[in-house]
Amino acid sequence: MALPQPKQTATDARLAALDLPEGGWSAPARQSALARLQAMGLPGARDEYWKYTRPDTLVAAEAPTAAVFQGDEPLVFDGVDRLKIVFRDGVFDAEASDPLALEHIEIARLADAADIHWAQDLYGKLEENGQTPVERPLAALNTAFATDGILMRVTGKVSKPVALIYYHESETSDAILHHVVKVEEGGDVTVLENGPAAARFNKVMEVDVADGAGFHHIRAQGRDHERRAATHIFARLGTESTFKTFTLTVNGVLTRNECVVELTGDDAVCHIAGACMGDGDFHHDDTVFVTHDAVNCESRQVFKKVLRNGATGVFQGKILVKQGAQKTDGYQISQSLLLDEDSQFLAKPELEIYADDVACSHGSTSGAIDEDGLFYLRARGLPRGIAEDLLTIAFIAEAVQEIEDESLQEEIVGRVEAWLLRRRG
Amino acid sequence: MLEIKNLQVKLEEEDKQILKGVNLTVEAGKVHAIMGPNGSGKSTLSYVLSGKDGYVVTEGEATLGGEDILEMEPEERAAAGLFLAFQYPVEIPGVGNMTFLRTAVNAQRKARGDEEMSSTEFLKVVREKAKSLKIDAEMLKRPVNVGFSGGEKKRNEILQMAMLEPKMCILDETDSGLDVDAMKLVSDGVNALRDEGRGFLVITHYQRLLDHIKPDVVHIMYDGRIIKTGGPELALEVETQGYAHLIEEEA
Repeated sequence: MALPQPKQTATDARLAALDLPEGGWSAPARQSALARLQAMGLPGARDEYWKYTRPDTLVAAEAPTAAVFQGDEPLVFDGVDRLKIVFRDGVFDAEASDPLALEHIEIARLADAADIHWAQDLYGKLEENGQTPVERPLAALNTAFATDGILMRVTGKVSKPVALIYYHESETSDAILHHVVKVEEGGDVTVLENGPAAARFNKVMEVDVADGAGFHHIRAQGRDHERRAATHIFARLGTESTFKTFTLTVNGVLTRNECVVELTGDDAVCHIAGACMGDGDFHHDDTVFVTHDAVNCESRQVFKKVLRNGATGVFQGKILVKQGAQKTDGYQISQSLLLDEDSQFLAKPELEIYADDVACSHGSTSGAIDEDGLFYLRARGLPRGIAEDLLTIAFIAEAVQEIEDESLQEEIVGRVEAWLLRRRG
Repeated sequence: MLEIKNLQVKLEEEDKQILKGVNLTVEAGKVHAIMGPNGSGKSTLSYVLSGKDGYVVTEGEATLGGEDILEMEPEERAAAGLFLAFQYPVEIPGVGNMTFLRTAVNAQRKARGDEEMSSTEFLKVVREKAKSLKIDAEMLKRPVNVGFSGGEKKRNEILQMAMLEPKMCILDETDSGLDVDAMKLVSDGVNALRDEGRGFLVITHYQRLLDHIKPDVVHIMYDGRIIKTGGPELALEVETQGYAHLIEEEA
């Protein structure tokens, strides 16, 4: 079927600006992704799935420029003992990175990985699965054109987190990164991500969590305010596996974070959480799709957004419970704290259930700061600013508490405190 | 300590006069009680003194240690030494009780130009005071008032009072929702704070609380005014005869 003309034109223009990496083990997956992309076309303003977020700057042939952050605050996770993998404007920096060696994990660069590789069976596969029932063209584009990324195969419990650290150094950089994580049976790993990868950033992370394995992901998107990011996480969960991801976003004119998880093994656990702090020209979109296709699985989605000075927050979250996915325990909450009347929160929570013995709940709220709570704190001597900050941190606490590791929780809260303090001046 | 002169207050949202000229002086070292039927303006008085939004002072003044408090922000009044024990302590999910207490203590110290309390010192003091109020470590760790029983909330108010060491304490129906044992515990907590330099204003419906916290002066409030002032015997009179005859006398 032919695409509508504007979509065809936009897609052609974008593709003309890109080169398909040739050869190597990933070539068939890339070609297949390109064909899929050509069939669906890039997202346009009229697409239902992009109703609340304008895709134009994400799909434009050329990336809008973004000023590079000028500030000297220390980076998040700096104090955490971790294996560092550094990218500058989407290009791996071997000098700044640690040797890619750690017990119970194999790490390789996508751009390096020669010959047959375990990743061949995975690269683009979870992304392709995640294209139904809703199309995610930017992810297909990523699979086809990714220039770099990290491939990790986890075979046991990894002793320290693996950290992907992104630096944005050019005002016009346009990066496409594709990471693949395969956690084998009994494996367990924590992956950290921080920093703005480029002026415009398209990232996909595919995560296959085998039976009894665990994957923990904590991400901080901050600093550069003008950068634009479209990210996807595609995950498949085996029996009795655990998948937990948390994202903190402070600043950013445009962020679209999609998380697509399929629970395919019984007794699996999936937690997806996020907190964002938006001030002014800030648009943040969390789009989540969780599919229950096994018995007795638990999924939680917890999203909190603090918005002010005209910032916009979006949440599109769905739980799909397939026939036979009995004893599913699904929970979804999305809440916004609107600190003024100019800010807005747009939420589309959805449940679609085809099994008859499940417990699913969802809720979405928008509200101002609790005046009674504020007065109570002030009556005990807390100045208004400190009291408001305390209540703001309290508001996002439910999401932050989804992070299992308490010291990483503190890292995240520390970031939020610093952000609030800077805003208070 | 606390001096209120001809205080007149109306609601901000509607043209309704709540306080119609309250005169009251609480001296340092004394316990004053205010009793009165529902809707007489007792709680409004406590809120106006502590600086809650929603009220407009149309006339009169209130000073604490000679300082006009009505123009101050709530946190400035707290730093000046005013403390309100809430009738309904507010639940604050996500804020740990201990964090809250330490932030409050240090915010007040900072506002007064005193040195902040170190965390070791704070911990030592809070544990000691919590113990006498039978507040366990678990309760200190939990979010402020969340999941607390009525009695626990009121004990928590008294703990805050003990930590903040205010000059002037207003207790707004601290006995409501308390069983006999909890009332004893709370009253003991209050009595332990009685001191020559500290004034108390105890708002209550019942004589019962005043058996434990013995007042020096009792006021009867009705329709936004104090209509009668007397000694502890006035509370007993209310307990046996109700308010009706006092209101009639006034009319």
